[in-house]
Amino acid sequence: MAWATITKERWPGGVVPNVTDYEAARAGFSWADARAALDGLPGGRGLNIAHEAVDRHAAGATAGKVAVRWLRRDGTVEDATYAELAERTDRFASALGALGVRSGDAVFTLLGRVPELWVTALGTLKATAVFAPLYAAYGPEPVRERLVRGEGRVLVTTPTLYRRRVEPIRDRLPALAHVLLVGPPDGEPPAGTRWFDEVVAAAPGGFEIPATDPEAPAIVHFTSGTTGTPKGAVHVHEAVVAHHATGAIALDLHPDDVFWCTADPGWVTGTSYGIVAPLTHGVTVVVDEGDFDADRWCRILAEQRVTVWYTSPTALRMLRRAGPEAIGGHDLSALRLVASVGEPLDPDLVAWGMEVLGHPVHDSWWQTETGGIMIANLAGCEIRPGSMGRPLPGIEVAVLARGDDGRAAAAVDGSVQELGPDEAGELALRPGWPSMFRGYLHDDERYAACFAGGWYLTGDVVRRDVEGWIWFVGRADDVITSAGHLIGPVEVEQTLRQHPAVVDAGVVGVPDEVAGELVKAYVVVRPDLPVTEELVSDVLAFARRRLGPTVAPRSIEVVDDLPHTRSGKIVRRVLRARARGLAEDDRSTPEAPL
Amino acid sequence: MTEPEDPRLEAAWALLAELLRRSAPEVDLDGVDPDAPIQEALDLDSMDFLNLMAGLRDVAGIDVPERDYPHLGTVRGFVAYVAAASGG
Repeated sequence: MAWATITKERWPGGVVPNVTDYEAARAGFSWADARAALDGLPGGRGLNIAHEAVDRHAAGATAGKVAVRWLRRDGTVEDATYAELAERTDRFASALGALGVRSGDAVFTLLGRVPELWVTALGTLKATAVFAPLYAAYGPEPVRERLVRGEGRVLVTTPTLYRRRVEPIRDRLPALAHVLLVGPPDGEPPAGTRWFDEVVAAAPGGFEIPATDPEAPAIVHFTSGTTGTPKGAVHVHEAVVAHHATGAIALDLHPDDVFWCTADPGWVTGTSYGIVAPLTHGVTVVVDEGDFDADRWCRILAEQRVTVWYTSPTALRMLRRAGPEAIGGHDLSALRLVASVGEPLDPDLVAWGMEVLGHPVHDSWWQTETGGIMIANLAGCEIRPGSMGRPLPGIEVAVLARGDDGRAAAAVDGSVQELGPDEAGELALRPGWPSMFRGYLHDDERYAACFAGGWYLTGDVVRRDVEGWIWFVGRADDVITSAGHLIGPVEVEQTLRQHPAVVDAGVVGVPDEVAGELVKAYVVVRPDLPVTEELVSDVLAFARRRLGPTVAPRSIEVVDDLPHTRSGKIVRRVLRARARGLAEDDRSTPEAPL
Repeated sequence: MTEPEDPRLEAAWALLAELLRRSAPEVDLDGVDPDAPIQEALDLDSMDFLNLMAGLRDVAGIDVPERDYPHLGTVRGFVAYVAAASGG
């Protein structure tokens, strides 16, 4: 079924969008102009994300405006004005200095959406150390791998998360010098940790951000690939130019907006758009500490008078399940833009938004490596439901012909072939935008493999129609997208194989009406063991304990054997077909299963 | 949390344990804070919680409307809700 284009005949709330003429915006855009919209450090001492996000507002007319409003789990509300946020982040930056943290050292968080996460992120950036957020639902194994790869020197977490995720692996984290625990400092903290509040209270205020090279590493986000261990994508302070520009173009931020990004800062969306971009615009950011709850979410939209809402297809699908009555009684009249990211947005959700929220949902596309929104349906332009949108001003895309492995094919001379309209190929971006990742930590080889013929290869297969709209077709690799989280199958398979009863494991995503995909594992168990419910349950418990609920499989099926290539790799395509109940040999393959 | 003595609460408690055994078998209900948010207390994510709701429907025939989810937001609330729903 084809969905009709949605045209915009009025501007909700009377706010004229920042971009109403796409072609003109593209033609008139330059990254140099975007850079000029920021202040830079006083005295020409460079560019620092935290200065643009906090200090320049704290020193100006918006000092007394609420920067972040945290809706705490216990029902209380905690506000920080720009001036207060500047003071708290100054103090944290000073505290890092007192701990001996130097420029470039990694400061990790393993936290929910609590105020200390924002303070740590921005204070770390002020100190020119590197901020590396981890998602709190990761189990000890993903936490360990990322802390080791990122050489985490400081970790900010809670007593509960420390006990569950870090204490069991602490002896295998040689670089980790300081663990700061968030929470009321009641009594002695566990051995090898200190109370966050005490360390910060002991530090002086009035921190001056040192000269910051715009190319200095600022943020590391971990992401999963098809093969091997997670990758640490490195972003630099210059990225703030793209955060700010895309905040204006794709999220249409205006100074009076109340902005709510539902993503957790453990993922790139929650950092780029839950922390940095909105603060650079001086708007008020709403943060909900709690987990998804249809009624509470609607209440937040209404009571906080949220104007711009950035959320995910999974959240929207959960809201739709709750039925129109969950939304019906709430006054959503302040809302003027609903945008979505994380996985393909079904066209019927765009229409559902019109009907129930009073606004169509605007899909956008980007990924950890791009640091900011690259492709979007814009507030001031028409929407093509089912399309991720058009490239933002300043972003050049291509669709490249693929080879036998499903990825963009490079000829012997390194050249690639660009495809014409409506042909499916790998989405590629011309490098050069400011929030482009600058490398994977300790992994030059995998970084180099991301490029061909002068293009950055995204791993997504798309087609571009004749008018330039981009339509998602599928992943070019085996990465699973579940509830907006990228999950690398190898990380899960490796953990499953560590179970004493498991000899082999293959992991794929299976379709799910809420989460998009769910992680499913096929395992081969030792032939001398009877396959019982207890055994399967034990393997599931083992995986969940180590990986955490988000990364671990949701279901496990015991099979007699798994399809392998001649070189021993698991043929996940066959497993996916099996999971979907399709004929297994539905496509010829260069490396036929044995 | 020690097991309740009221037979209906006891049955609800056993049902929660059974549902967890299926989808989150690593959870140990002993020693869990019954009044803490259930996802945090049991280390579950949102999909796990939805699985519990689906399990209530499939195993016990209890269809929890979305607006009632907050009532099941703690272990104590979950058990009380299920006990009341199965008693009717």
